[in-house]
Amino acid sequence: MMEGPAPTSEGRLHDPVAHDSAHKHVAGTAVYIDDMVEPTGTLHACLGLAERAHAEIVAMDLSAVAEAQGVVAVLTAADIPGANDVSPTGKNDDPVFAEGAVEFHGQPIFAVIGETREAARRAVSRAVIGYRDLPHVTDVSDALERVLPHVTEPLTLSRGDIAAALAAAPRRLDGRMRIGGQDHFYLEGQIAMAVPGEDDDVLVHSSTQHPSEVQHMVAHVLGVPSNAVTVEVRRMGGAFGGKETQGNLFAAVAAVAAKRLGRPVKIRPDRDDDMVATGKRHDFLVDYAVGYDDDGRIHAVDAQFAARCGFSADLSGPVTDRALFHADNAYYYPAVRLASRPMKTNTVSNTAFRGFGGPQGVIAAERIIAEIAHALGRDPLEIRKANFYGEPGRDVTPYHQTVEDNILPRLISELETSAGYHERRAEIVAENARGGVIRRGIALTPVKFGISFTATWYNQAGALVHVYRDGSVHLNHGGTEMGQGLFTKVAQVAADCFGIPLDRVKITATTTGKVPNTSATAASSGSDLNGMAAQDACEQIRRRLTAFAAEKWAVPEDEVVFEPGAVRVGAERIAFPDLIEAAYMARVHLSAAGFYKTPGIHWDRAAGKGKPFFYFAYGAAVSEVRIDTLTGEYIVDRVDILHDVGRSLNPAIDRGQVEGGFIQGMGWLTTEELWWDDAGRLRTHAPSTYKIPLASDVPRVFNVTLAEWSENPARTIRRSKAVGEPPLMLAASVLEALSMAAGSCGPHFPHLDPPATPEAVLMACERARGGP
Amino acid sequence: MSQIHVTTKINGDETEFLCGPEETLLDVLRDHLGMTGTKEGCGTGDCGACSVTVDGRLVCSCLMLGAEAEGHEIGTIEGVAKGDELHPVQKKFLDHAALQCGICTPGFLVAAKALLDRTLEPTEEEVRYWLAGNLCRCTGYDKIVRAVMDTAAELRGA
Repeated sequence: MMEGPAPTSEGRLHDPVAHDSAHKHVAGTAVYIDDMVEPTGTLHACLGLAERAHAEIVAMDLSAVAEAQGVVAVLTAADIPGANDVSPTGKNDDPVFAEGAVEFHGQPIFAVIGETREAARRAVSRAVIGYRDLPHVTDVSDALERVLPHVTEPLTLSRGDIAAALAAAPRRLDGRMRIGGQDHFYLEGQIAMAVPGEDDDVLVHSSTQHPSEVQHMVAHVLGVPSNAVTVEVRRMGGAFGGKETQGNLFAAVAAVAAKRLGRPVKIRPDRDDDMVATGKRHDFLVDYAVGYDDDGRIHAVDAQFAARCGFSADLSGPVTDRALFHADNAYYYPAVRLASRPMKTNTVSNTAFRGFGGPQGVIAAERIIAEIAHALGRDPLEIRKANFYGEPGRDVTPYHQTVEDNILPRLISELETSAGYHERRAEIVAENARGGVIRRGIALTPVKFGISFTATWYNQAGALVHVYRDGSVHLNHGGTEMGQGLFTKVAQVAADCFGIPLDRVKITATTTGKVPNTSATAASSGSDLNGMAAQDACEQIRRRLTAFAAEKWAVPEDEVVFEPGAVRVGAERIAFPDLIEAAYMARVHLSAAGFYKTPGIHWDRAAGKGKPFFYFAYGAAVSEVRIDTLTGEYIVDRVDILHDVGRSLNPAIDRGQVEGGFIQGMGWLTTEELWWDDAGRLRTHAPSTYKIPLASDVPRVFNVTLAEWSENPARTIRRSKAVGEPPLMLAASVLEALSMAAGSCGPHFPHLDPPATPEAVLMACERARGGP
Repeated sequence: MSQIHVTTKINGDETEFLCGPEETLLDVLRDHLGMTGTKEGCGTGDCGACSVTVDGRLVCSCLMLGAEAEGHEIGTIEGVAKGDELHPVQKKFLDHAALQCGICTPGFLVAAKALLDRTLEPTEEEVRYWLAGNLCRCTGYDKIVRAVMDTAAELRGA
């Protein structure tokens, strides 16, 4: 028996603890997959990519490739031992290597395996491939016009008699909006390294958000059971959804080569190949009809969301579904019909990207609001408020889930005041009215984002916790670390459960060998799911320890309390390691597998009804911009954000998500433009031509506040809320502010579609004046 | 292919290496010398993840051949700390939580240190434009800029 160490605040829950790897990050010692020591004999793979958007392959001569210096092997579809498919949804439409035909410019056809990365890359260009061109479609409007197929089943959400409601509404507007896509531009590109083992075994180090899927895909491609494949990832250098499914192909190629050659194989495409050959955020074409009244209240919304999905389904089904789930943003649509059109195009297959279709829905909703405000000559914020979800009768979403936790009125009211929205807007309107080359804009936009995977079965998680005899803890769970701080938050939960300092909890690499059948770290769900699973594992161990201590020291179980720094047993405090050693000697099981599934959610897709979301996360932002009406150039001068993360597990990490998400959203809506030429080639395939925000582009005044009063009414991990995706949509305020500035040039609605590049802003100014 | 013998100084240490004529300084650092703190983000000099200093000047090591390092002094992220003692700018990155995934962080630190070696009185605009050659996809930059400004203030004794 001893006095426990003084309670420490270090690493406690709700504290702003630094990212677990922060020290390694600044020292340059954090190991990403490309930094791992390569086993002797490691080979390197490079993909050979299609040079046509849509064509039959009529001839393929790879002999010069195979004969090139340093080349060990060339792999094509014929060399795949199992299925030539990495479709994440089982549609069998996503070949590893194209066979017979290519369906987008940049589609992998073969892989070269070389002694060095350079040898493999050089050899690729020696391939001689004969094509017979077929008609190709890259643009979504062309895909609609030419009635290309859907890559997956569309969805319709509806309520009421939409035609009648539109007809009965006092006012109506019809519009069309294009919403651009976005490249993830994770700074660490795709990468996988496969190490062959005995029998069918293979270990794959994969930069992936979804190790279990990579495992299943590699097994599928190798034609072996999943138990032969282990997939591991300690950390990613960014992912943002781009490593939810897009790592599958690289892992499969590395694994096939490694098993065939009996040597480790690494594949790391260069930036250009990565951008050309991997999927992006979907661009959308939205057609909408809105019925509303003189007060700006919406009566009916009828909208079609057509998406450029690319050549295969990938995750386009759930992505386009989520666009509809968020096409209301924070607004009640009494009569509504929202339809998705997941269009096939001859482009790379688009995929998950932070928000997962939701942002496109939100942007469309905000466009509708802005257009109503313009028609009525009102401040768009008044129109927003007039349409917020509210009292019973105005609280049901288009998917028939009741909004029960709406905190937007308080959030907006606080932000209006703290940001001085009304005074600033009045001043800007007055200044714009005086004319001049520089015009300003300000906008306040809200976000309401549904939390849960809409694929209900994905809302489960596992964890594995061991306590060793010295009282140190080994923590593992199915979530992956991509910089978002998930590992830190979950470790805080574990440390809190045992009352031990955070540095006694060892955070370990995600691996399919420890926790099986995990879900992607996606949908903002990482902390919600894995935090709960880890808590479950820790509580199992804690219950065993409690029972043991109560018996050994003859106290009631409720007198065994895990306090910070020590365990209180009756009147005594016992150091955690001492309790563990005693428990071990008494043969108490000190390991547990934890599990969690989100309660109370359900979704009937065919009926378009259910409660797909456990709760909603909210936020709002005010952005102020200046534009040069002669060049279209602009500056975002100031941004004020008030965001809801419930009771934050870690305010430092959560703030980081809010700031980073906002700027990433701003990039999507402003400077990041994906551009395909007539031949179907992506011409913005490197940072030289694809512009993400820089330190010099971001607002000089950036006030970010977490709504500290918010506590999640849903029973989440310590009443926190998910934070990964929702803040991205706060950037709608930048687009709307730019729209206001451009709109001040004339009486017409500027129809500023994202990305609002300077060119687009210039054209919007012209449109406001009455131009085309 | 014949190898080139190069004599250089890296983080103050006399260093000799052999490299191919086509290999970049980045390749040499990562693949031959095991100094993997310097990262490849784009390979075309547009992202700054591979930032090093050459005789004190900020350079993208992916744009420079290993052979060109002959006779020059190279500074990498591994040399920013003095042993276990972090440089003030590294400490400020920790204090400000100015990192997330961490893969751009070494490049930012090398760039920030190069600025602070030049001046301890940078304006915020100077910091922003000095760091505009370094891409970060996670943080939104605000905390990075604050960390560098705060480091400058501390080093000035302000």
